[in-house]
Amino acid sequence: MDSALIPEGVKRCSLWKFLLALSITSGVLLWGVIAMLLCWIKGLNQTNMNDYYGFALWIWADLAVIALGGGAFFSGLLKYIIGKDELKNLINYAVLIGFICYSSALLILAIDVGQPMRSWFIFWHANIHSMLTEVAFCLSCYFAVLTIEYIPLILENRQINKVPFFHHLAHNMHGVMAIFAATGAFLSFFHQGSLGGVAGVLFGRPFAFRDHILIWPYTFFLFTWSAAAFGPCFTLFITWMTEKITRKKLVKDKPILLLAKISGWMIVTYMVVKSIDTWYWATHTAPSLGFNWEFFFKNNPLYGKTMLFSEIILGGWIPGLLLIFRPTRENSVTRTTAFFLGMAGVCINRWVMVLQTMAVPVMSFDSWAMYIPSWQEVATTILPVAYGVILVMISYRYLPIFPQEKELNPIEGSAGSVDKQVGQTPAGDDSPLQPAQI
Amino acid sequence: MLPFCFEWVYDMGHFVFHGGLWYALSIIGMGMTYCVIKSVIDTIKGGKGNHLH
Repeated sequence: MDSALIPEGVKRCSLWKFLLALSITSGVLLWGVIAMLLCWIKGLNQTNMNDYYGFALWIWADLAVIALGGGAFFSGLLKYIIGKDELKNLINYAVLIGFICYSSALLILAIDVGQPMRSWFIFWHANIHSMLTEVAFCLSCYFAVLTIEYIPLILENRQINKVPFFHHLAHNMHGVMAIFAATGAFLSFFHQGSLGGVAGVLFGRPFAFRDHILIWPYTFFLFTWSAAAFGPCFTLFITWMTEKITRKKLVKDKPILLLAKISGWMIVTYMVVKSIDTWYWATHTAPSLGFNWEFFFKNNPLYGKTMLFSEIILGGWIPGLLLIFRPTRENSVTRTTAFFLGMAGVCINRWVMVLQTMAVPVMSFDSWAMYIPSWQEVATTILPVAYGVILVMISYRYLPIFPQEKELNPIEGSAGSVDKQVGQTPAGDDSPLQPAQI
Repeated sequence: MLPFCFEWVYDMGHFVFHGGLWYALSIIGMGMTYCVIKSVIDTIKGGKGNHLH
Protein backbone atom coordinates (compact mmCIF):
# COMPACT_ATOMS: atom_id res chain seq x y z
CA MET A 1 0.00 0.00 0.00
CA ASP A 2 2.85 2.38 0.81
CA SER A 3 5.28 0.92 -1.73
CA ALA A 4 5.36 4.18 -3.69
CA LEU A 5 7.02 5.86 -0.70
CA ILE A 6 9.71 3.21 -0.14
CA PRO A 7 13.11 3.94 -1.72
CA GLU A 8 13.74 2.21 -5.02
CA GLY A 9 15.70 -1.04 -5.12
CA VAL A 10 15.32 -1.94 -1.44
CA LYS A 11 13.02 -4.36 0.32
CA ARG A 12 10.92 -3.56 3.40
CA CYS A 13 8.58 -5.62 5.56
CA SER A 14 4.85 -5.61 4.87
CA LEU A 15 2.81 -2.62 6.01
CA TRP A 16 0.85 -4.57 8.65
CA LYS A 17 4.07 -5.79 10.28
CA PHE A 18 5.40 -2.25 10.27
CA LEU A 19 2.20 -0.84 11.78
CA LEU A 20 2.13 -3.57 14.42
CA ALA A 21 5.69 -2.76 15.52
CA LEU A 22 4.83 0.93 15.41
CA SER A 23 1.76 0.48 17.61
CA ILE A 24 3.71 -1.53 20.23
CA THR A 25 6.34 1.20 20.46
CA SER A 26 3.61 3.85 20.48
CA GLY A 27 2.19 2.19 23.61
CA VAL A 28 5.46 2.89 25.43
CA LEU A 29 5.45 6.41 23.99
CA LEU A 30 1.93 6.96 25.29
CA TRP A 31 3.00 5.90 28.80
CA GLY A 32 5.72 8.56 28.69
CA VAL A 33 3.34 11.18 27.32
CA ILE A 34 0.92 10.55 30.21
CA ALA A 35 3.77 11.02 32.71
CA MET A 36 4.88 14.15 30.84
CA LEU A 37 1.39 15.63 30.98
CA LEU A 38 1.20 14.85 34.71
CA CYS A 39 4.44 16.79 35.25
CA TRP A 40 3.17 19.72 33.20
CA ILE A 41 -0.34 19.82 34.65
CA LYS A 42 0.36 18.93 38.30
CA GLY A 43 3.94 20.21 38.50
CA LEU A 44 7.31 18.87 39.58
CA ASN A 45 5.81 17.41 42.76
CA GLN A 46 5.29 14.36 40.53
CA THR A 47 9.03 13.73 40.78
CA ASN A 48 11.22 12.57 43.65
CA MET A 49 13.51 15.57 43.27
CA ASN A 50 14.09 17.53 46.46
CA ASP A 51 16.47 20.07 48.02
CA TYR A 52 19.35 17.59 47.66
CA TYR A 53 18.46 16.63 44.11
CA GLY A 54 17.74 19.69 42.01
CA PHE A 55 19.50 17.74 39.26
CA ALA A 56 18.31 14.16 39.03
CA LEU A 57 17.43 11.42 36.54
CA TRP A 58 16.39 13.87 33.82
CA ILE A 59 19.65 15.79 33.88
CA TRP A 60 21.60 12.53 33.80
CA ALA A 61 19.50 11.41 30.79
CA ASP A 62 20.13 14.79 29.16
CA LEU A 63 23.87 14.60 29.62
CA ALA A 64 23.96 10.96 28.54
CA VAL A 65 21.99 11.42 25.31
CA ILE A 66 23.98 14.53 24.46
CA ALA A 67 27.23 12.60 24.93
CA LEU A 68 25.94 9.62 22.92
CA GLY A 69 24.61 11.97 20.24
CA GLY A 70 28.12 13.40 19.90
CA GLY A 71 28.64 10.91 17.07
CA ALA A 72 26.76 13.29 14.78
CA PHE A 73 29.02 16.30 15.22
CA PHE A 74 32.20 14.23 15.28
CA SER A 75 31.27 12.24 12.15
CA GLY A 76 30.31 15.51 10.43
CA LEU A 77 33.63 17.04 11.45
CA LEU A 78 35.53 14.01 10.12
CA LYS A 79 33.66 13.92 6.83
CA TYR A 80 33.14 17.55 5.92
CA ILE A 81 36.10 19.29 7.56
CA ILE A 82 38.85 16.66 7.85
CA GLY A 83 37.81 14.96 4.60
CA LYS A 84 37.20 11.32 5.61
CA ASP A 85 34.93 10.81 2.62
CA GLU A 86 34.38 7.13 3.39
CA LEU A 87 32.09 8.18 6.23
CA LYS A 88 29.49 9.42 3.71
CA ASN A 89 27.96 5.95 4.05
CA LEU A 90 27.41 6.41 7.78
CA ILE A 91 26.78 10.13 8.05
CA ASN A 92 23.03 9.98 7.30
CA TYR A 93 22.45 7.58 10.17
CA ALA A 94 24.76 9.55 12.46
CA VAL A 95 22.71 12.68 11.70
CA LEU A 96 19.43 10.86 12.37
CA ILE A 97 20.73 9.48 15.69
CA GLY A 98 22.07 12.92 16.62
CA PHE A 99 18.74 14.51 15.74
CA ILE A 100 16.91 12.01 17.95
CA CYS A 101 19.36 12.50 20.84
CA TYR A 102 19.22 16.30 20.78
CA SER A 103 15.45 16.53 20.30
CA SER A 104 15.14 14.08 23.23
CA ALA A 105 17.42 16.26 25.35
CA LEU A 106 15.32 19.33 24.57
CA LEU A 107 12.11 17.41 25.30
CA ILE A 108 13.43 16.29 28.69
CA LEU A 109 14.50 19.85 29.47
CA ALA A 110 11.05 21.10 28.49
CA ILE A 111 9.61 18.80 31.17
CA ASP A 112 12.34 19.62 33.69
CA VAL A 113 11.90 23.40 33.54
CA GLY A 114 8.40 22.95 34.97
CA GLN A 115 6.97 25.88 33.03
CA PRO A 116 7.89 25.28 29.37
CA MET A 117 5.96 28.36 28.26
CA ARG A 118 8.75 30.38 29.86
CA SER A 119 11.56 28.58 28.03
CA TRP A 120 12.25 31.66 25.91
CA PHE A 121 13.29 33.57 29.07
CA ILE A 122 16.71 31.93 28.85
CA PHE A 123 17.31 33.65 25.51
CA TRP A 124 15.79 37.02 26.29
CA HIS A 125 16.61 37.41 30.00
CA ALA A 126 19.90 35.53 29.78
CA ASN A 127 22.17 35.16 32.80
CA ILE A 128 25.47 35.73 31.05
CA HIS A 129 27.43 34.40 34.08
CA SER A 130 25.95 30.91 33.79
CA MET A 131 27.47 28.00 31.89
CA LEU A 132 23.94 26.63 31.52
CA THR A 133 22.99 29.71 29.49
CA GLU A 134 25.74 28.84 27.06
CA VAL A 135 24.50 25.24 27.04
CA ALA A 136 20.96 26.42 26.24
CA PHE A 137 22.19 28.71 23.43
CA CYS A 138 24.45 26.10 21.85
CA LEU A 139 22.00 23.23 22.32
CA SER A 140 19.18 25.11 20.59
CA CYS A 141 21.40 26.29 17.74
CA TYR A 142 22.92 22.86 17.27
CA PHE A 143 19.47 21.29 17.19
CA ALA A 144 18.66 23.74 14.38
CA VAL A 145 21.82 22.57 12.58
CA LEU A 146 20.85 18.91 13.01
CA THR A 147 17.37 19.67 11.69
CA ILE A 148 18.97 21.30 8.64
CA GLU A 149 21.15 18.22 8.18
CA TYR A 150 18.12 15.92 8.49
CA ILE A 151 15.85 17.88 6.10
CA PRO A 152 17.70 16.83 2.88
CA LEU A 153 17.16 13.20 3.87
CA ILE A 154 13.40 13.78 4.10
CA LEU A 155 13.44 15.66 0.79
CA GLU A 156 15.13 12.66 -0.84
CA ASN A 157 12.05 10.52 -0.21
CA ARG A 158 11.00 9.03 -3.53
CA GLN A 159 7.78 11.03 -3.84
CA ILE A 160 8.91 14.30 -2.26
CA ASN A 161 11.98 14.33 -4.51
CA LYS A 162 9.73 14.40 -7.58
CA VAL A 163 8.80 18.00 -6.72
CA PRO A 164 11.46 20.09 -8.54
CA PHE A 165 11.81 22.71 -5.79
CA PHE A 166 12.39 20.09 -3.08
CA HIS A 167 14.80 18.22 -5.34
CA HIS A 168 16.86 21.38 -5.87
CA LEU A 169 16.61 22.32 -2.18
CA ALA A 170 18.00 18.93 -1.11
CA HIS A 171 20.84 19.28 -3.61
CA ASN A 172 21.68 22.85 -2.58
CA MET A 173 21.59 21.98 1.11
CA HIS A 174 24.04 19.16 0.47
CA GLY A 175 26.23 21.69 -1.33
CA VAL A 176 26.65 23.93 1.72
CA MET A 177 26.51 21.18 4.34
CA ALA A 178 30.20 21.69 5.22
CA ILE A 179 29.34 25.16 6.60
CA PHE A 180 26.55 23.73 8.74
CA ALA A 181 28.81 20.85 9.87
CA ALA A 182 31.53 23.31 10.90
CA THR A 183 28.98 25.41 12.78
CA GLY A 184 27.70 22.24 14.45
CA ALA A 185 31.20 21.22 15.53
CA PHE A 186 31.80 24.72 16.95
CA LEU A 187 28.52 24.67 18.88
CA SER A 188 29.05 21.10 20.09
CA PHE A 189 32.51 21.88 21.41
CA PHE A 190 31.08 24.60 23.63
CA HIS A 191 27.90 22.98 24.88
CA GLN A 192 29.51 19.60 25.57
CA GLY A 193 32.26 21.44 27.40
CA SER A 194 29.95 23.69 29.36
CA LEU A 195 27.92 20.70 30.56
CA GLY A 196 31.14 19.41 32.09
CA GLY A 197 32.05 22.89 33.23
CA VAL A 198 28.86 23.11 35.28
CA ALA A 199 30.10 20.25 37.49
CA GLY A 200 33.72 21.42 37.55
CA VAL A 201 33.00 24.91 38.91
CA LEU A 202 30.98 23.66 41.91
CA PHE A 203 33.53 24.61 44.59
CA GLY A 204 30.97 23.61 47.27
CA ARG A 205 30.88 20.07 45.84
CA PRO A 206 34.40 18.65 46.25
CA PHE A 207 33.51 15.43 44.42
CA ALA A 208 32.94 17.32 41.16
CA PHE A 209 35.17 20.36 41.58
CA ARG A 210 38.29 20.50 39.41
CA ASP A 211 41.15 22.91 38.92
CA HIS A 212 40.90 25.32 36.02
CA ILE A 213 42.70 26.38 32.86
CA LEU A 214 41.83 30.11 32.71
CA ILE A 215 38.05 30.10 33.37
CA TRP A 216 37.49 26.49 32.28
CA PRO A 217 37.69 23.55 34.72
CA TYR A 218 39.29 20.35 33.40
CA THR A 219 35.83 18.76 33.16
CA PHE A 220 35.02 21.23 30.36
CA PHE A 221 37.60 19.60 28.09
CA LEU A 222 36.96 16.06 29.35
CA PHE A 223 33.25 16.23 28.51
CA THR A 224 33.88 17.44 24.95
CA TRP A 225 36.57 14.83 24.43
CA SER A 226 34.47 12.00 25.83
CA ALA A 227 31.48 12.94 23.64
CA ALA A 228 33.68 12.88 20.53
CA ALA A 229 35.20 9.58 21.67
CA PHE A 230 32.11 7.65 22.78
CA GLY A 231 29.48 9.26 20.50
CA PRO A 232 30.68 7.23 17.47
CA CYS A 233 30.41 4.05 19.59
CA PHE A 234 26.69 4.74 19.97
CA THR A 235 26.26 5.46 16.25
CA LEU A 236 28.05 2.22 15.37
CA PHE A 237 26.19 0.21 18.01
CA ILE A 238 22.80 1.40 16.73
CA THR A 239 23.92 0.63 13.17
CA TRP A 240 24.84 -2.89 14.31
CA MET A 241 21.47 -3.27 16.06
CA THR A 242 19.62 -2.07 12.96
CA GLU A 243 21.50 -4.61 10.86
CA LYS A 244 20.57 -7.38 13.30
CA ILE A 245 16.89 -6.39 13.42
CA THR A 246 16.56 -5.98 9.66
CA ARG A 247 18.77 -9.05 9.06
CA LYS A 248 20.64 -7.12 6.37
CA LYS A 249 24.11 -5.73 5.93
CA LEU A 250 23.50 -2.00 5.56
CA VAL A 251 27.00 -0.51 5.66
CA LYS A 252 30.24 -1.98 4.31
CA ASP A 253 32.99 -2.87 6.75
CA LYS A 254 35.38 -0.15 5.63
CA PRO A 255 33.55 2.93 7.01
CA ILE A 256 32.59 1.03 10.18
CA LEU A 257 36.17 -0.02 10.87
CA LEU A 258 37.46 3.45 10.07
CA LEU A 259 35.10 5.13 12.54
CA ALA A 260 35.73 2.39 15.12
CA LYS A 261 39.48 2.95 14.84
CA ILE A 262 39.17 6.73 15.20
CA SER A 263 36.79 6.26 18.12
CA GLY A 264 39.25 3.82 19.74
CA TRP A 265 42.13 6.28 19.58
CA MET A 266 39.92 9.07 20.86
CA ILE A 267 38.87 6.86 23.80
CA VAL A 268 42.45 5.84 24.65
CA THR A 269 43.76 9.43 24.55
CA TYR A 270 40.73 10.54 26.58
CA MET A 271 41.39 7.81 29.13
CA VAL A 272 45.02 8.88 29.53
CA VAL A 273 43.88 12.43 30.34
CA LYS A 274 40.92 11.23 32.43
CA SER A 275 43.16 8.94 34.49
CA ILE A 276 45.60 11.78 35.15
CA ASP A 277 42.68 14.04 36.07
CA THR A 278 41.29 11.44 38.50
CA TRP A 279 44.71 10.87 40.06
CA TYR A 280 45.30 14.65 40.43
CA TRP A 281 41.82 15.12 41.93
CA ALA A 282 42.40 12.27 44.40
CA THR A 283 45.87 13.39 45.49
CA HIS A 284 45.64 17.19 45.25
CA THR A 285 42.20 18.72 44.66
CA ALA A 286 40.15 16.69 47.18
CA PRO A 287 42.80 16.89 49.99
CA SER A 288 43.13 20.65 49.42
CA LEU A 289 39.39 20.91 50.14
CA GLY A 290 39.74 18.83 53.31
CA PHE A 291 38.71 15.41 52.00
CA ASN A 292 40.40 12.06 51.54
CA TRP A 293 39.31 10.70 48.12
CA GLU A 294 38.18 7.40 49.67
CA PHE A 295 35.54 9.30 51.63
CA PHE A 296 33.52 9.65 48.39
CA PHE A 297 33.33 5.90 47.87
CA LYS A 298 32.25 4.44 51.22
CA ASN A 299 29.47 4.51 53.83
CA ASN A 300 26.70 4.42 51.23
CA PRO A 301 24.76 1.62 49.52
CA LEU A 302 25.55 2.48 45.87
CA TYR A 303 28.67 4.53 45.23
CA GLY A 304 31.65 2.32 45.94
CA LYS A 305 35.02 1.92 44.26
CA THR A 306 33.29 -0.51 41.86
CA MET A 307 31.66 2.52 40.28
CA LEU A 308 35.05 4.15 39.70
CA PHE A 309 36.45 0.86 38.34
CA SER A 310 33.43 0.47 36.01
CA GLU A 311 33.83 3.97 34.64
CA ILE A 312 37.62 4.07 34.19
CA ILE A 313 38.60 0.48 33.42
CA LEU A 314 35.51 -1.41 32.17
CA GLY A 315 33.88 1.48 30.35
CA GLY A 316 37.04 3.32 29.35
CA TRP A 317 40.37 1.57 28.95
CA ILE A 318 38.96 -1.81 27.84
CA PRO A 319 36.76 -0.52 24.96
CA GLY A 320 39.54 1.85 23.90
CA LEU A 321 42.12 -0.93 23.73
CA LEU A 322 39.67 -3.32 22.02
CA LEU A 323 39.12 -0.75 19.28
CA ILE A 324 42.71 0.29 18.63
CA PHE A 325 44.05 -3.26 18.17
CA ARG A 326 43.25 -4.51 14.69
CA PRO A 327 42.36 -8.16 15.54
CA THR A 328 39.79 -7.13 18.18
CA ARG A 329 38.52 -4.25 16.04
CA GLU A 330 37.94 -6.50 13.04
CA ASN A 331 36.21 -9.16 15.13
CA SER A 332 32.50 -8.33 15.20
CA VAL A 333 31.93 -9.69 18.74
CA THR A 334 34.79 -7.84 20.45
CA ARG A 335 34.07 -4.68 18.44
CA THR A 336 30.41 -4.63 19.43
CA THR A 337 31.35 -5.43 23.04
CA ALA A 338 33.68 -2.43 22.96
CA PHE A 339 30.87 -0.19 21.67
CA PHE A 340 28.57 -1.38 24.46
CA LEU A 341 31.19 -0.96 27.19
CA GLY A 342 32.08 2.49 25.87
CA MET A 343 28.45 3.62 25.92
CA ALA A 344 28.04 2.25 29.44
CA GLY A 345 31.24 3.98 30.53
CA VAL A 346 30.22 7.44 29.35
CA CYS A 347 26.74 6.99 30.88
CA ILE A 348 28.34 6.05 34.23
CA ASN A 349 30.59 9.10 33.95
CA ARG A 350 27.59 11.38 33.45
CA TRP A 351 25.74 9.59 36.28
CA VAL A 352 28.48 10.12 38.85
CA MET A 353 29.09 13.72 37.78
CA VAL A 354 25.39 14.52 38.28
CA LEU A 355 24.01 12.14 40.92
CA GLN A 356 26.99 11.05 43.00
CA THR A 357 27.92 14.73 43.22
CA MET A 358 24.49 15.41 44.74
CA ALA A 359 24.61 12.36 47.03
CA VAL A 360 27.90 13.15 48.76
CA PRO A 361 27.46 14.86 52.17
CA VAL A 362 29.17 18.25 52.19
CA MET A 363 28.23 19.47 55.67
CA SER A 364 29.49 17.92 58.91
CA PHE A 365 25.90 17.20 60.00
CA ASP A 366 24.91 15.70 56.61
CA SER A 367 24.69 12.07 55.59
CA TRP A 368 24.61 10.46 52.14
CA ALA A 369 21.42 11.47 50.34
CA MET A 370 20.17 8.65 48.13
CA TYR A 371 17.54 9.05 45.46
CA ILE A 372 15.04 6.78 43.73
CA PRO A 373 13.22 8.33 40.77
CA SER A 374 9.41 8.33 40.66
CA TRP A 375 7.61 6.37 37.93
CA GLN A 376 6.85 9.66 36.19
CA GLU A 377 10.57 10.41 35.94
CA VAL A 378 11.30 6.91 34.65
CA ALA A 379 8.46 7.04 32.11
CA THR A 380 9.51 10.45 30.78
CA THR A 381 13.09 9.20 30.51
CA ILE A 382 11.97 6.15 28.51
CA LEU A 383 9.70 8.35 26.37
CA PRO A 384 12.60 9.61 24.19
CA VAL A 385 13.77 6.03 23.65
CA ALA A 386 10.35 5.07 22.25
CA TYR A 387 10.28 8.28 20.19
CA GLY A 388 13.75 7.47 18.85
CA VAL A 389 12.77 3.94 17.88
CA ILE A 390 9.69 5.25 16.04
CA LEU A 391 11.70 7.88 14.16
CA VAL A 392 14.33 5.30 13.18
CA MET A 393 11.59 2.91 11.98
CA ILE A 394 9.89 5.56 9.85
CA SER A 395 13.16 6.98 8.50
CA TYR A 396 14.55 3.53 7.65
CA ARG A 397 11.35 2.56 5.85
CA TYR A 398 10.82 5.68 3.77
CA LEU A 399 14.16 7.49 3.45
CA PRO A 400 17.44 6.53 1.76
CA ILE A 401 19.39 6.42 5.04
CA PHE A 402 21.93 3.82 3.97
CA PRO A 403 23.47 4.60 0.55
CA GLN A 404 25.06 1.13 0.30
CA GLU A 405 21.95 -0.88 1.18
CA LYS A 406 20.87 -1.36 -2.44
CA GLU A 407 24.29 -2.65 -3.48
CA LEU A 408 24.69 -4.91 -0.45
CA ASN A 409 21.18 -6.40 -0.68
CA PRO A 410 20.29 -6.78 -4.35
CA ILE A 411 16.69 -7.84 -4.95
CA GLU A 412 16.39 -11.01 -7.03
CA GLY A 413 15.68 -10.17 -10.65
CA SER A 414 16.86 -6.56 -10.41
CA ALA A 415 19.98 -5.18 -12.08
CA GLY A 416 21.79 -5.21 -8.74
CA SER A 417 21.70 -9.02 -8.57
CA VAL A 418 24.06 -9.33 -11.54
CA ASP A 419 27.01 -9.12 -9.17
CA LYS A 420 25.88 -12.30 -7.46
CA GLN A 421 25.51 -14.12 -10.75
CA VAL A 422 29.13 -13.47 -11.70
CA GLY A 423 30.30 -14.72 -8.35
CA GLN A 424 31.16 -11.43 -6.62
CA THR A 425 30.20 -10.84 -3.01
CA PRO A 426 27.66 -8.12 -2.32
CA ALA A 427 30.24 -6.30 -0.23
CA GLY A 428 32.19 -5.63 -3.41
CA ASP A 429 35.78 -4.50 -3.09
CA ASP A 430 35.46 -3.98 0.67
CA SER A 431 34.70 -7.56 1.50
CA PRO A 432 38.27 -8.77 1.91
CA LEU A 433 39.60 -6.27 4.43
CA GLN A 434 42.39 -4.05 3.19
CA PRO A 435 44.21 -3.16 6.41
CA ALA A 436 46.33 -0.52 4.74
CA GLN A 437 43.19 1.38 3.74
CA ILE A 438 41.51 1.21 7.14
CA MET B 1 18.36 39.60 23.98
CA LEU B 2 19.13 42.49 21.66
CA PRO B 3 21.01 45.73 22.45
CA PHE B 4 17.80 47.80 22.35
CA CYS B 5 16.37 45.77 25.27
CA PHE B 6 16.50 47.64 28.60
CA GLU B 7 18.33 44.74 30.28
CA TRP B 8 21.23 44.95 27.84
CA VAL B 9 24.60 46.02 29.26
CA TYR B 10 27.60 46.86 27.11
CA ASP B 11 30.09 44.51 28.78
CA MET B 12 32.28 41.58 27.75
CA GLY B 13 29.82 38.95 29.03
CA HIS B 14 26.98 40.21 26.87
CA PHE B 15 29.26 40.61 23.85
CA VAL B 16 30.65 37.07 24.13
CA PHE B 17 27.39 35.25 24.94
CA HIS B 18 25.02 37.11 22.67
CA GLY B 19 27.67 37.74 20.02
CA GLY B 20 28.20 33.97 19.79
CA LEU B 21 24.46 33.31 19.68
CA TRP B 22 23.75 35.83 16.93
CA TYR B 23 26.85 34.74 15.02
CA ALA B 24 25.65 31.10 14.96
CA LEU B 25 22.07 32.11 14.13
CA SER B 26 23.33 34.37 11.31
CA ILE B 27 25.30 31.53 9.70
CA ILE B 28 22.31 29.18 9.96
CA GLY B 29 19.91 31.86 8.66
CA MET B 30 22.13 32.99 5.78
CA GLY B 31 22.92 29.40 4.82
CA MET B 32 19.26 28.44 4.64
CA THR B 33 18.31 31.68 2.84
CA TYR B 34 20.97 30.97 0.21
CA CYS B 35 19.68 27.39 -0.25
CA VAL B 36 16.05 28.47 -0.60
CA ILE B 37 16.79 31.36 -3.03
CA LYS B 38 19.07 29.18 -5.17
CA SER B 39 16.48 26.42 -5.23
CA VAL B 40 13.78 28.87 -6.36
CA ILE B 41 16.10 30.10 -9.15
CA ASP B 42 17.00 26.54 -10.16
CA THR B 43 13.32 25.58 -10.22
CA ILE B 44 12.37 28.61 -12.33
CA LYS B 45 15.19 27.83 -14.76
CA GLY B 46 13.55 24.44 -15.17
CA GLY B 47 14.89 20.94 -15.50
CA LYS B 48 15.12 18.50 -12.63
CA GLY B 49 18.80 17.85 -13.15
CA ASN B 50 20.50 14.62 -12.27
CA HIS B 51 22.16 15.31 -8.99
CA LEU B 52 24.07 12.62 -7.23
CA HIS B 53 24.53 13.09 -3.49
